[in-house]
Amino acid sequence: MAAAVEMVGIEKRFPRVVANVGVNLVVEEGEIHALAGENGAGKSTLMKILCGLHAPDAGVVRIFGREVTDFRPAAAIAAGIGMVHQHFMQVPTLTVAENVVLGEEPRRGPFFDRRRAEERVAELGSRFGLPVDPRARIEDLPVGLQQRVEILKVLARGARVLILDEPTAVLTPQESESLYATLRSLKSQGRTVIFISHKLREVRAAADRLTVLRRGRTVGTVPIGEVDEAKIAEMMIGRPVLFEIEKTPAAPAGAVLEVRDLAGGRLRGVTFDVRAGEIVGVAGVEGNGQSELVEILSGLRQAGSGTARLRGRELSRAGPAAWFEAGLGVIPEDRNLRGLIGEMSVADNLILGRHRQPRYSRAGIVAGAARDADAAGLVERFDIRPADPRAEAESLSGGNRQKVVVARELSRVPGLLVAAHPTRGVDVGAIEFIHRSILAERARGAAVLLVSSELPEILALADRILVLCGGAIAGEVRGAEATERGLGVLMTGGAPA
Amino acid sequence: MTPEFIAGILTVAAPLLLAAMGGVVSERSGVVNIALEGTMLASAFAFTAVTHAFEPVGPDGRHLVDAAGAWVPFAGVAAGLACGVLVSLLHALVCIRVGANQVVSGIAINILAVGATQFACTLVFESSSNSARVASLPRWGLGAFTFTPAAWASFVAVPVVTLLLFRTVFGLRLRAVGENPDAAETLGVRPGAIRTAALALSGALAGLGGVVLAADVSQFVQNMTAGRGYIALAAVIFGKWNPWGAAAACLLFAAAEKAQVPLQGKIPPQLAQSLPYLLTILVLAGFVGRARAPAALGKPHESSR
Ligand SMILES: Nc1ncnc2c1ncn2[C@@H]1O[C@H](COP(=O)(O)OP(=O)(O)OP(=O)(O)O)[C@@H](O)[C@H]1O
Ligand SMILES: [Mg+2]
Repeated sequence: MAAAVEMVGIEKRFPRVVANVGVNLVVEEGEIHALAGENGAGKSTLMKILCGLHAPDAGVVRIFGREVTDFRPAAAIAAGIGMVHQHFMQVPTLTVAENVVLGEEPRRGPFFDRRRAEERVAELGSRFGLPVDPRARIEDLPVGLQQRVEILKVLARGARVLILDEPTAVLTPQESESLYATLRSLKSQGRTVIFISHKLREVRAAADRLTVLRRGRTVGTVPIGEVDEAKIAEMMIGRPVLFEIEKTPAAPAGAVLEVRDLAGGRLRGVTFDVRAGEIVGVAGVEGNGQSELVEILSGLRQAGSGTARLRGRELSRAGPAAWFEAGLGVIPEDRNLRGLIGEMSVADNLILGRHRQPRYSRAGIVAGAARDADAAGLVERFDIRPADPRAEAESLSGGNRQKVVVARELSRVPGLLVAAHPTRGVDVGAIEFIHRSILAERARGAAVLLVSSELPEILALADRILVLCGGAIAGEVRGAEATERGLGVLMTGGAPA
Repeated sequence: MTPEFIAGILTVAAPLLLAAMGGVVSERSGVVNIALEGTMLASAFAFTAVTHAFEPVGPDGRHLVDAAGAWVPFAGVAAGLACGVLVSLLHALVCIRVGANQVVSGIAINILAVGATQFACTLVFESSSNSARVASLPRWGLGAFTFTPAAWASFVAVPVVTLLLFRTVFGLRLRAVGENPDAAETLGVRPGAIRTAALALSGALAGLGGVVLAADVSQFVQNMTAGRGYIALAAVIFGKWNPWGAAAACLLFAAAEKAQVPLQGKIPPQLAQSLPYLLTILVLAGFVGRARAPAALGKPHESSR
């Protein structure tokens, strides 16, 4: 029997970088196959070739034994391939049903048969256990449901091979659980699944086999039973990775950030301090006020009531400029929306917000030499790939975009670092690096507020942990004493253990 | 409000409505169409010239305008439509195939249209300022409400474009491409093809708008569109890229234009003439909230292959 997918000697070059060189991948029918590799290793590119968005420069692709000659999305769909992209491919202003049937709409003459589309989507949803309101607008849905729509879209086209590019990067642990349950049930119906993930624990739990890419090449394919997380990480990076980073006890000094009864949006009055030289973690199920807290603390949202003092300055209703001037550094929740300007170069993105400083401009004219020199340094220090400060930020892989944001914010030498999901979508090697960098900030004397939906991350870094539930602080736990279970109970509204 | 007054408003509104519908169709697909102005002008000339060409010629070489068959001006209408489609496809070629800036392409087409019609007018009618009088379209209707078929078409265009955008498969794809062409592409919809079709339709509508202008006076006058393409485009934006919204903005403008006539002589003429524009801006700024443009408007779509 032919394999579901067979890719041999795949090569893909972009103007500045080679994304794939001699990649081989064999995916058997009916398996769940994981694809892992560092940021920029070429995983997304390889999958885009499979779903007809890129044509390879060399190599052969066979789908269920048939060689692909026509690299276009329509042909890939016809061959049974469906992909859920890393950055969702949706039309936010259209409804769920419209998004799902787009491209193969039910018709009555020239007219779009909305009723039939909605019925079809509802029927698909109940058949696959993925219920969603067909009439809801995409932009009104939370990401978990948006992703569900993406999966339905693929299933609606009769996909036999489902590709999911970092599907859990934006999901809560609970949502991830249910996603993997869905994938297993699809497998039991004979469908083939390929998924990309940086979360090695999930890869171990969900996949049957694993293929690792490094710098555009295949390192190897292994049955999941034969490798542990450390081994996978080593295959990805080419060296052993430390999962546990040693942390010296904190030596907190005076309060840098003082928050009193701060409220706004879903945030319903929180009070806490972050002192110099400590990391305060904010844990909680997403949507319990974390976004509002980060927005207020970076000047993107005015507080409804309460105060927030940074180094003594009351800024709860101030704009971003005032916050930065007072010494803020911020890694925002959504790097594409708030962290980067996609069409600008990496170098320009690295000085964003500081372009008025005398070092970077004189009389309104950007000092290109200083910018480029500093950018080159940061690109090297943070291992941003490709190592080309002139590359457009948009052309970078997801994880490398995140590194650009982290590099810029840390290079501000902030007094307060607000880090929201700082390692979302970055590879294990880079997680280690970013975690070290955050600890180095603490050692330097910065106050750090770490918001993350990854409990292991909070447990690894935070000296004190605040648990947000329903917009209020449900409890505070010392970092050394916290456990995932204990935090989980607080997060879901239970009494402190 | 006499029926004559209302009919007058409709007459002024007709070409604007058609151009605005063309604008809605194009912009909803993600292409800025400043070329509406030039498209109207070119089609106004095409209508005039082709109508003229089919008129019977007397022994002295003079055109027997009034002896022309009833079909003659309709040949002109067909020419106006075809010309609109062609001009718009030129815009499509530059913006979609080449991926050039849509505003620049539109402005270039508008400048080109002024020069080209003037030149062609000199060739055909031996005058760069205006054409000869040509055979008229019939007027259909009741009482004060008699309009050329082209003007009637403008009133029908609004519901038809609404139906097209919001009820047909083509309309769904068109809106999807205007919001997120990458997403549409992953589903096998070809953004370039949809946008080209949208521009062709946009050109036909704007072209018919130009025909209405010329048919109203049965001749072509140099630069006779006088910015109506731009006003239509503004109406699209004020109307929040919705056909009915854009139509309301066109009617408002037309009403203001009509209302200023009785004021002339009482206030300085410059003020009277700028009244429609001022009123439009005031009313719209006061009553229309913030609108959101199609997300991919003005951005050329690059297929990543
Ligand atoms: N459209 C493009 N134009 C130019 N370069 C690109 C383009 N798409 C990807 N690249 C480059 O190709 C390389 C591989 O990118 P790809 O997105 O496949 O990485 P990835 O393995 O998915 O990484 P991540 O885990 O960070 O998402 C990167 O160096 C990236 O910058
Ligand atoms: Mg990727």
